[in-house]
Amino acid sequence: MHPIRKKRLTIVLFLLAGIAVAVGLTTYALRQNINLFYAPSQIAAGDAPLDVRIRAGGMVEEGSVQRDPESLKVEFRVTDFNSSVLVEYTGILPDLFAEGQGVVAMGRLNASGRFVADQVLAKHDENYMPPEVAEALERASAGTHKAGDSSGPETAY
Amino acid sequence: MWQLFHKLGSPKWFFGMANRLMPWLLLGGVALLFAGLIWGLAFAPQDYLQGNSYRIIFIHVPSAFLAQSVYIMMAVAAAVTLVWRMKLADVFVKSVAPVGAVLTFLALFTGAVWGKPTWGTWWIWDARLTSMLILLFLYFGVIALGAAISDEKSSARAVAVLVLVGVVNIPIIKYSVEWWNTLHQPATFKLTEKPSMPAEMWVPLLLSVLGLYLIFGWFACLRMQTEILIRERRTRWVKELVLAGRS
Repeated sequence: MHPIRKKRLTIVLFLLAGIAVAVGLTTYALRQNINLFYAPSQIAAGDAPLDVRIRAGGMVEEGSVQRDPESLKVEFRVTDFNSSVLVEYTGILPDLFAEGQGVVAMGRLNASGRFVADQVLAKHDENYMPPEVAEALERASAGTHKAGDSSGPETAY
Repeated sequence: MWQLFHKLGSPKWFFGMANRLMPWLLLGGVALLFAGLIWGLAFAPQDYLQGNSYRIIFIHVPSAFLAQSVYIMMAVAAAVTLVWRMKLADVFVKSVAPVGAVLTFLALFTGAVWGKPTWGTWWIWDARLTSMLILLFLYFGVIALGAAISDEKSSARAVAVLVLVGVVNIPIIKYSVEWWNTLHQPATFKLTEKPSMPAEMWVPLLLSVLGLYLIFGWFACLRMQTEILIRERRTRWVKELVLAGRS
């Protein structure tokens, strides 16, 4: 390669490496601000500030959703399978909200460790499947999956 | 390989080459995109959780995919501009930047439309969404800077540096969903693993991605030809070409 081009190429590579390092260090320093939400373990460990608007995210614990029959108030536990936090919310939940689904709640953590949310967003994962497959998977995991069941092969997904 | 690289130095050679390539790109692209979209939007099964609303994935993923690929291609061309001072590389950057901006906007827009029914919000300052918005602004910056400097050579270098600086945003977009907690779900297509959806969903998705790539190729050729004609308007071959077209 021509020496001038070689020199230019080195400059370009240095430029790229320099910017990558700079941006890498910046995002590393800001990582707590870039994280969209606190996980329940972080809240349990006391990392999350009290009485400041923060977000908490995780799975809605199975069997923890309690609706107030008189109002739109709902209470549920959000877990990351290590610890969990009690969330209280008044309002309309998104369609995808269900036990065992991911959520991100926005609100304040009060002194008694309850998370008072004013917005609840549903989080979904990257696994898409047809309803029949989901049903088959559920039956298989529930242990009622019979030999000779027609939906058997589909669980291979 | 190097021979092709040297031939690319000639706008005239590229012009003729593009003429021969374009019908195939357009034909293949339209066929694949139509097959993918019709299959995906009308025949692919529903999702067990989101029902029909997940179908926007067949537009959202291809446009987001292309938006990032176009930027990477622009970055390669920008490096070529800086190192080899090839005119055609700058023609490529200037011609495809608006296309990339439109694709990024489309990805953000379809994402917002999808986010409302599934997440419950149009927009959230999540790492993936924010880095994608930065990509849109990078495209705007490239277009504006290119238009602001009238001297062809200095404009080419300034734009190339901006494009190269911005390329660090691409790995941030790609890995944002893994490095940080985000509302956006991780990628559906991974290079190393099987896609996390059954074949009757990912095949149409792959078809629409490939189709959009080909259509992008066709459109890039078309825009580059126009740009070449404008820049080379004083050369003999362009004059002859125009005269031949008129008679």
